[in-house]
Amino acid sequence: MKRIISLTVQDRSGVLNRVTGLLQRRQFNITSISVGAAETEGVSKMTLVVDVEDDQRLEQVTKQLNKQIDVLKVSDITDKAIVARELALIKVASSPQLRSEINGIIDPFRALIIDVSKDSLAIQITGRPDKIDALIDLLRPYGIKEIARTGLTAFLRGHQPQTTELSASFLLK
Amino acid sequence: MKVEAKLEFQTSTAPKTGADLLIELLLEEGVDTIFGYPGGAVLPIYDAIYRAKNSIKHVLFRHEQGMIHAAEGYARITGKPGVVIGTSGPGATNLVTGITDAMMDSLPLVVFTGQVARTVIGTDAFQEADIMAITTPITKHNYQVQSVADLPRIVKEAFHIATTGRPGPVVVDVPKDISSEILTEVVKDVNIHLPGYQPTYKPNPMQIKKLSESIPKAKKPVILAGAGVLHSHASKELTAFAEKHQIPVVTTLLGLGSFPADSPLSLGMGGMHGTYAANMALYECDLLINFGARFDDRLTGNLKHFAPFAKVAHIDIDPAEIGKNVPTQIPIVADAKVALMELLKEAEKSPDCEKWREKLNQYKNDYPLWYELDPSGISPQWLIQAIHKVTNGDAIVATDVGQHQMWAAQYYTFNKPHRWITSGGLGTMGFGFPAAIGAQMASPESTVVAIVGDAGFQMTLQELSVIYERNLPVKIIIVNNGALGMVRQWQELLYDNRISESLLHTQPDFVKLAESYGIRGAKIDNQEELITSLPELMAHDGPVLIDCRVLQQEKVFPMIAPGKGLHEMIGVKPQ
Repeated sequence: MKRIISLTVQDRSGVLNRVTGLLQRRQFNITSISVGAAETEGVSKMTLVVDVEDDQRLEQVTKQLNKQIDVLKVSDITDKAIVARELALIKVASSPQLRSEINGIIDPFRALIIDVSKDSLAIQITGRPDKIDALIDLLRPYGIKEIARTGLTAFLRGHQPQTTELSASFLLK
Repeated sequence: MKVEAKLEFQTSTAPKTGADLLIELLLEEGVDTIFGYPGGAVLPIYDAIYRAKNSIKHVLFRHEQGMIHAAEGYARITGKPGVVIGTSGPGATNLVTGITDAMMDSLPLVVFTGQVARTVIGTDAFQEADIMAITTPITKHNYQVQSVADLPRIVKEAFHIATTGRPGPVVVDVPKDISSEILTEVVKDVNIHLPGYQPTYKPNPMQIKKLSESIPKAKKPVILAGAGVLHSHASKELTAFAEKHQIPVVTTLLGLGSFPADSPLSLGMGGMHGTYAANMALYECDLLINFGARFDDRLTGNLKHFAPFAKVAHIDIDPAEIGKNVPTQIPIVADAKVALMELLKEAEKSPDCEKWREKLNQYKNDYPLWYELDPSGISPQWLIQAIHKVTNGDAIVATDVGQHQMWAAQYYTFNKPHRWITSGGLGTMGFGFPAAIGAQMASPESTVVAIVGDAGFQMTLQELSVIYERNLPVKIIIVNNGALGMVRQWQELLYDNRISESLLHTQPDFVKLAESYGIRGAKIDNQEELITSLPELMAHDGPVLIDCRVLQQEKVFPMIAPGKGLHEMIGVKPQ
């Protein structure tokens, strides 16, 4: 099962290596990882998407991450109310004649064309991973030349419903 | 935590360097001994050691692996961190085995490695190794000093991290330009800043209550005592707790001595070569209370058959150990001593388990540890019993890994804590002898015996120089069977007797070898000689090496074959 784990870490050299090295050593699969500065200076936020077999392994991965001295906080936010986004850049083969057709495809996804050349288009899309997957599927017939994805980044919504399970795992399929 | 660093400039004319500051910081931490080996990248540090030689003792070993194992032995006996200094590149990589060993067995070490100057880091400079990346997975934490101003904080944090919570090794990598930098200003205040590190010592009262309520309901309770009991100096509390409720106790390999082996409640060691009673107690119990053991695979055997009928309570200072291997119904994150003190207050009612104790006593009496005493030679098990007798069971015993280790664990009945030093988790050959040196330095009055195999001893024997030089009266007993005994045993039992590369056909003359180092040596190959000469050799005022030729074919029993459960022991009784 895929889980979204949010990490707050000290922004020190080697911290990314500590996290990825630990996951590799303990045989956890990383689907994606994104890192960037957080609201506090000297602190970074990492969003990990990991593939774990069961709850026991999930508990192990969070505990092992917590043990790292440079890791300040670990939370599995998969089942919380969260906002989660990924950004993807997609380069599609395109002649000038096809441009408007492609525009029509990407428009409902609120994606943007951010670069145009003689024989290709660069499209930027932001959203949940399944939305990005869907757009990629639609663009595939035109010939995809290159894809670059940032991996998921996420945090909790401002308000957490008190009620039971609110599963965000559909985000990850 | 705020700590005032006293950085008084010496009145000498020599300018103070980063290395001088480092030595001052070590003195502030109460370091009395450095286990070290110089080299290019640590020359500034050694210059500072030269200047400070009246206030700090530096022991020069002959190989970095030897010195770090010595630091481990020192840490195991004192509970204080072993302080190691090695140079960059090969000096640092030679420390890797010891660092990993300390990580696996939770020993506090602070390891300083030299590093090439910051200007050439990353250029494959002479004797450069990326020791930060190499040691990240094998340390509790590591640092590379980027500015001399950070040094006081880093040293404080390193000692704090190494010694608190679950102890472990911390590496501090010191580039040469940092250690040789001339200090222009004094760093006054040192703040430890570790928001991501707050070990839990006090147990959750709800969990203590839960365990206290489970105890009187149990019909077949058993206590498992691991090294955590020793790290937190909780043997007294553990004994009081077990006696109060009359609950039998199994110890792990590293937990030997945490509970007196001669107590009627002691079932001995559990695991692959544990006693039948201990393993059957773990198998049959309905309440398992684990204090500070990490449910290692050599203890549990096949997890499917480990304590299958039990409610499991696990007290551990490291939350990641709880539930890692064995599903746990009562998790208690705490220091063993604090938890035991709470339990002594909280748990009033004892279980009614007279029948259970009787049953276990029956196991103890019917299936004790056994071996066939062969008067034609020296049985290794008998040798260990003889050492026990001659040392009144009060020696500090250090071992490597393998057959001799298991025999020492089985037959040197440990009744007191902090007498047993062995490489448990990593299983490092060449560990025992240098670890004994560190133990002897930590406890000069104690009898320290290195019980080693003939193969393992040859991995770190160069440290004979150190015991000669410092007249450390370590007694080395080579349990010499001319083989990598445990490898040979497995090849005999599990690989259809295909003895592949596990026999040592050529050996040095160990007596002459000892003598060439200026140390007394003796070779013993029969029982009578052992009986007559062992007491005198052990009483010798100085180091002694005894090459003891034991019966070569002897195997360690009983045994749980790999993949089998605790109830599937073989070799429980003579054939």
